[in-house]
Amino acid sequence: MKKLIAWFDERIPLTKTWNIHLAQYPAPKNFNFWYIFGVLATLVLVNQIVTGVWLTMNYVPTAEGAFASVEYIMRDVDWGWLIRYMHSTGASAFFLVVYLPMFRGMMYGSYQKPRELLWIFGMLIFLVLMAEAFMGYLLPWGQMSYWGAQVIISLFGAIPYIGDDLTLWIRGDYVISGATLNRFFALHVIALPLVLVILVFLHIIALHEVGSNNPEGISIKKPKGSVPDAEKPKFEFHERFTKKYDIVDAIPFYPYYIVKDLVGIGIFLAFFCYVLFFAPAMGGFFLEPPNFEAANPLKTPAHIAPVWYFTPFYAILRAVPDKLFGVILMFAAIVFLFLLPWLDRCKVRSIRYRSSIHKVNLAVFTISFVVLGYLGVKPATEIYTLFARIFTFLYFAFFILLWFYSKHEKTKPVPERITK
Amino acid sequence: MNKLLKTCLLAAVSVWSVATLAAGPTVPLDKANVNLHDKESLQRGAQLFMNYCLGCHQMQYQRYNRTFRDLEIPEDIGVANLQFTGEKPGDLITNTMSAKQADAWFGTAAPDLTLVARVRGADWLYTYFRSFYVDESRPFGVNNTVFENVGMPHVLQELQGVPRKTYEARMIDGEMQDVYVGIKTDGSGMLTTEEFDTAMNDLTNFLVYTGEPMMLQQRRIGWYSFGFLLVFTILAWLLKREFFKDVK
Amino acid sequence: MSNAPVDHGRRRFLTAATTVVGAAGAVAVAVPFITSWNPSEKAKNAGAPVEVNIGKAEPGQLVRVEWRGQPVWVVRRTPEMLKSLDGLADKLRDPNSDEPQQPEYAKNIHRSRKQEFFVAVGICTHLGCSPQFLDKTFGEYVEGTESGFFCPCHGSTFDIAGRVFQGVPAPYNLVVPPHYFINDDVILIGEDGEQA
Repeated sequence: MKKLIAWFDERIPLTKTWNIHLAQYPAPKNFNFWYIFGVLATLVLVNQIVTGVWLTMNYVPTAEGAFASVEYIMRDVDWGWLIRYMHSTGASAFFLVVYLPMFRGMMYGSYQKPRELLWIFGMLIFLVLMAEAFMGYLLPWGQMSYWGAQVIISLFGAIPYIGDDLTLWIRGDYVISGATLNRFFALHVIALPLVLVILVFLHIIALHEVGSNNPEGISIKKPKGSVPDAEKPKFEFHERFTKKYDIVDAIPFYPYYIVKDLVGIGIFLAFFCYVLFFAPAMGGFFLEPPNFEAANPLKTPAHIAPVWYFTPFYAILRAVPDKLFGVILMFAAIVFLFLLPWLDRCKVRSIRYRSSIHKVNLAVFTISFVVLGYLGVKPATEIYTLFARIFTFLYFAFFILLWFYSKHEKTKPVPERITK
Repeated sequence: MNKLLKTCLLAAVSVWSVATLAAGPTVPLDKANVNLHDKESLQRGAQLFMNYCLGCHQMQYQRYNRTFRDLEIPEDIGVANLQFTGEKPGDLITNTMSAKQADAWFGTAAPDLTLVARVRGADWLYTYFRSFYVDESRPFGVNNTVFENVGMPHVLQELQGVPRKTYEARMIDGEMQDVYVGIKTDGSGMLTTEEFDTAMNDLTNFLVYTGEPMMLQQRRIGWYSFGFLLVFTILAWLLKREFFKDVK
Repeated sequence: MSNAPVDHGRRRFLTAATTVVGAAGAVAVAVPFITSWNPSEKAKNAGAPVEVNIGKAEPGQLVRVEWRGQPVWVVRRTPEMLKSLDGLADKLRDPNSDEPQQPEYAKNIHRSRKQEFFVAVGICTHLGCSPQFLDKTFGEYVEGTESGFFCPCHGSTFDIAGRVFQGVPAPYNLVVPPHYFINDDVILIGEDGEQA
């Protein structure tokens, strides 16, 4: 075995990679619940790729055959139902394990210098994931697939001058048709997953370059020679990390966080299996009832709502009485998230040491996001629209206020070291 | 942080309740008694479907032999009693009415019913079956309280009898008024009202089964997976605790 | 850094136990993915046994049906054809059907349940072409016989019981599929039936 590893080590950096990224990678020792999602997102990504590959083995990407082929998978293929439900449940799980670490980043200021690019890569993953989910949702070719796609593609029609031509170009037809389905299929199964995997790779590279943030928001890198030997951890870290800095309050990712993450994986999978086996449609939030009816271009379902992970943005779109401005505002909701590292001008990262005004601001933002998500699944009645407007305002107010107060924010003193 | 959390929750709950109140009224649905373990009910439901529905509605994603197997009907008995047009036992449950004919006769193709329970829900189906009533203004002479201006005849009339909307004179605010009290039949059907309700529950049960024929297997495997994850998580937790003795 | 000594035995045991349980889980998850490659219900239905009505077949006629996507022949052999089977043994590769190319009940000189009716998968055992049925002109290829099967792809020859001749590329006799007579006029191809 040793010989074999040595053989490989002479040819590719096998042991070195293992050490730098796992066995001798210093991770802050105070990771909490919120730090499980990296591993979970990887797990879900693998799940989506494997089940996705298996689904393409029986799926028929044509307007005539798509809906029937999904039912064929669900009924006639051995275990097809399991593989399909793993994929559909995985889609929702993916958004959960992307939204939650985004929230973590906002709580602990993980987007701040020097992790701006890490945050940007994460946001790009989120963006590609939305495109991936949107295109994937057309593939079952049910009523919601069809009309949901119709609505979203029509958004591009709001762009002045080129809007109509652009929607025509996206669809490749005068309505959503087999041509649209085929190109979405191609993008969903190969193009976007490829981009996604590359972004995930860059995200991890960027993370391991700057190191993980932690709930305290304190750096574990201290100037070289400033820490007495007695206070250094008893673990060996790779010289890549210790060459320039003294590393404190850290433990190697492997085995410590691997075994800790196993517990998290077990608990996560229990929730996943509950949905998978007992509520795959999740009361209509994961698989919507009208989508069990084949797409019919002549009949719109009574009430169109996107899948839950799009609803906050959908609610913002609907809150605006002007089509173009609504689309702009919806995209702005995402653009502002991208800009977060530069909107927040405070030097303190973690919410634990930031001002009350920031705490309240973030809480209001979180509530707004959740409520908008709820409003997005509801029909646009007068009262709902009013609520949607209020919370859209609060959503954007978060970013604007942040920019103003963060410059001279009254923060609590930040400790030098992570204490437990 | 805790206070904050409470405020958040309170705000969320209040929005939620206002939102729920704002939702519009719908026709109240009767509760269907769905039990996929009740094979006899499912078998009766299958028989009703094959006799009364399959003439117009297909079940084009479901196979005969799968249905027989899941409903514990021996294949030869199933072929003899539930297959009418000489298909193979492994064939899909389809009829021979073409879309063109359907268009000519009903104005639209009758929808496929394999997944209807997943689209409408069991309670809706159960209520729908029992909500036809005589309405001479409609092309087929019937309407439905759950599905307004329904485009099909009341094919179960020979079982139910002729259903009519019934009103009773009642005293309200000191005045006699006719109050709608529901749909009652004239008793000319082969079944009593209770028997008809049971039959419709069987049919609903069957349609719920065909919507998700893998449901029972799915649940069983779900329990296995919980068992496995419990063992795995406990072991992983013990392992984590052991390793984290190094950390403190 | 706690001062308590590390219990290596316990650590090794828990690591091993978690690994084994985790691996068992991974294998269990792999099973559905592997078995999903088996023929689906649709394929099984398409490959279901096929009934052939032979009531109207003339003596010397070949009836061709499709079973599991393959051509299956039913030949109603004439007495002359059956007689021709006797004198061929030394020209054949496997005259007694020792290779398992047929069910037990067809392991005889005429390779069928009933002498008259020969049932075979019409695919050459060489590279999968479908041989031609030559009921009168087979003598062109094998002297002294009137009828047999000739594969146009690589010239393999079979007698009227599907037995392969020597000196041709095909290694085995033609395959006889499972079949049985539902009654005198109907053969079911794809099942051995209770008579087996």
